[in-house]
Amino acid sequence: MRIRLHFLPAAIFVTLLAPLRAAVEDSVKALAATGREGAGNEAASAAWKNVVREGPRALPALLAATGKSGAVSDNWLRLAGDAITDAARRAEQPLPLADIEAFLKDTKNADAARQLAFDLIAKADTALADKIEPGLINDPVQELRRGAVQRQIASAKALPAGESKTAYLQTLDAVRDEDQTNEIAGALKKLGVTVDLPKHFGFLMKWNVIGPFDNMERKGFETVFPPEREVKLDTEYDGKTGKVKWKPFESKDERGKLDFNKPFGSLKEVTGYAVTTFDLATERDAELRLGCKNGWKVWLNGELLFSRDEYHRGAQMDQYKMKCHLKKGANTILVKCCQNEQVEQWTVEWEFQLRVCDSTGTAILATK
Amino acid sequence: MKRILALALASLPFPAFSSDWPQFRGPDSSGTVSDATIPATPKIDWTAPLPGRGLASPIVIGKKVFVTCSSGPKQERLHVFCFDFADGKKIWERQLKATGRTMSHPKTSIAACTPCSDGKRVFALFSSNDLAAFDLDGNLLWLRGLTVDYPNVSNSIGMASSPLVLGETLVTVIENDSESYTIGMDVKTGRNLWKLDRPKAANWSSPVTWRADAKSAPVVVLQSSKGLTGVDPVSGSVLWDYTEGASTSSSSVVAQGVIYAPSNGITALSPKANGSAPAQVWRSKGINPATISPVILDGKIFAFNSAGVLSTADIKSGDTKWKLRLSGPFSGSPVGANGRLVCVNEKGLVQVVDIAGPEGALAGQIQLPLKTDTKEMVLSTPALSGRHVFIRADSALWRLGE
Repeated sequence: MRIRLHFLPAAIFVTLLAPLRAAVEDSVKALAATGREGAGNEAASAAWKNVVREGPRALPALLAATGKSGAVSDNWLRLAGDAITDAARRAEQPLPLADIEAFLKDTKNADAARQLAFDLIAKADTALADKIEPGLINDPVQELRRGAVQRQIASAKALPAGESKTAYLQTLDAVRDEDQTNEIAGALKKLGVTVDLPKHFGFLMKWNVIGPFDNMERKGFETVFPPEREVKLDTEYDGKTGKVKWKPFESKDERGKLDFNKPFGSLKEVTGYAVTTFDLATERDAELRLGCKNGWKVWLNGELLFSRDEYHRGAQMDQYKMKCHLKKGANTILVKCCQNEQVEQWTVEWEFQLRVCDSTGTAILATK
Repeated sequence: MKRILALALASLPFPAFSSDWPQFRGPDSSGTVSDATIPATPKIDWTAPLPGRGLASPIVIGKKVFVTCSSGPKQERLHVFCFDFADGKKIWERQLKATGRTMSHPKTSIAACTPCSDGKRVFALFSSNDLAAFDLDGNLLWLRGLTVDYPNVSNSIGMASSPLVLGETLVTVIENDSESYTIGMDVKTGRNLWKLDRPKAANWSSPVTWRADAKSAPVVVLQSSKGLTGVDPVSGSVLWDYTEGASTSSSSVVAQGVIYAPSNGITALSPKANGSAPAQVWRSKGINPATISPVILDGKIFAFNSAGVLSTADIKSGDTKWKLRLSGPFSGSPVGANGRLVCVNEKGLVQVVDIAGPEGALAGQIQLPLKTDTKEMVLSTPALSGRHVFIRADSALWRLGE
């Protein structure tokens, strides 16, 4: 009888748990199955409540599903994790923090999932997050590095000049964000060290440029000019005001800006092209990251990656991130850059900045 | 017993008797609500700290106040907060990550669009074009990533148009220089009911609701540099167009079936139920709302010009009345009730203007405790509910009262 009394609760526990977990896993799948234009929202709405109701037990499944179905699905999962963590805190219910930490430390897990894991830890136990964060200094997730880098910058600042140089240089190896890089480069400059920012970020500096072609009434953006059909560096074409031909141009800007006003003069209602070759010893996934305040298009090996016809609303580094696959050998990167008719002083810029990096923001350098 | 009951009722939190402020510039996007009271000499009742940036206005539904903000080095963390009306305590917070671009002019932020509510749900839109629907208890109802859906929907200065609910349709203006739309979505599912191609031009103005009369179906009025467009919120059909241009920053205001549009100064328009182009009632360049939305109160329309001069005109005739120079500069729009306007400048100076007399007069003011280390500014439009004014900056949400 005593045995039965002990056994019975376990049997009930197992019986209740198994179907419940299956239902929760189905609900997590529904969150991850959401798609474009709200596809799957109806099922996800009901599933979200099921998952949250399950409490902390659902967190491992949420983490496992994150980073596999797209950024909007990740938000469904993230918001469920957010609500579970809040409810657990109110109920003084423990979270499986050891499991979440183990998940975070496994870099084979998806970037977005590991970011979520850290956020859950930070929300539930700030002391634990503080303990973990310094160890993320070389993490493959750009955002996860940031806190650790900031700690090292603070430490370097506190050191005497002789020692801070080494600390800043070590941090420079890890830093990927522009603002933090600027801070480190600025500090190193005062210590007599010039940081090669184009190399650090992976800006492409050497190009061939051709132009100007027309962009009257902004029609040049959609017009297929000869460089979009062929890239023959020794061939002459009809431009906006006469014959045009490719010519070499190297950016000297420490932010890698290619300013078309320099080779062509300060023009309006024009289109320019820049082409470069990017050599690699082995094929790999990469990102082309562009900053540009003109109308632009980017092709990789003849394939259009993205285009945008917005003018003079601002530019910044990594404004546009284009995932791509670079092949072994020579990769051709072609950029179209359109200048419009505006005449205000803040519309002079006819330029872009392009870098090649991995998803962490680590520069990928060409082999030639 | 009656005395005890009266005392008990008097001790209840006020919002049980107050009306909601469910969207940008209140119930009818008119900047006013009939039963609100603006205190002449306001003081701070409570302060709720906020973790990031934001110029979206707070909204009030029953006993809850909702506000959004964005945080993180690139403002990629998007927050939706629910605070208790009575004491400002946080009831819930949800945080998502931006799926669209988060670049903006440094003065604005990713939490620029005021959320809206149909009384059962809160719809939070961000400049990254992330749109989240929650019930009032913080349960996620649906999500959209509109830049995921339409990759060229963005504005490198930042988006700011606030969504609007009409019946079962959530109208979301995501107009910009490139891929430019206004979308009507099902409030229950977030699915598209309709999607209109819109002028390829940056647009920060917010839609408003117009009705021919109290019994007529509502029409959503979209505003752009081209002018105004009346759209059936159920079908997305274009009902009428006004093509003489309009502001892309300040929004129209509607009163008694007339639209007061920031177009060539202010142009008062009377659309027809039959779909013909709206008739012009009057036009005045003597009252120019610049980038700030006008407000209508007690038969007058009020607007700031770029110098911070509050101007007023008669809504029937457009005849300009008095002017009053206030301490500027302003980014947020004025709101009004009980014969008073509340105007908050960028420096956080709350100025209450008495408009009941023949000339406007400053009735009272209070300086909000902005953070100096971050050069914090107030760029948002206040909300009104009951006897209170709600104002937010980056660092805090304040409730002001008597």
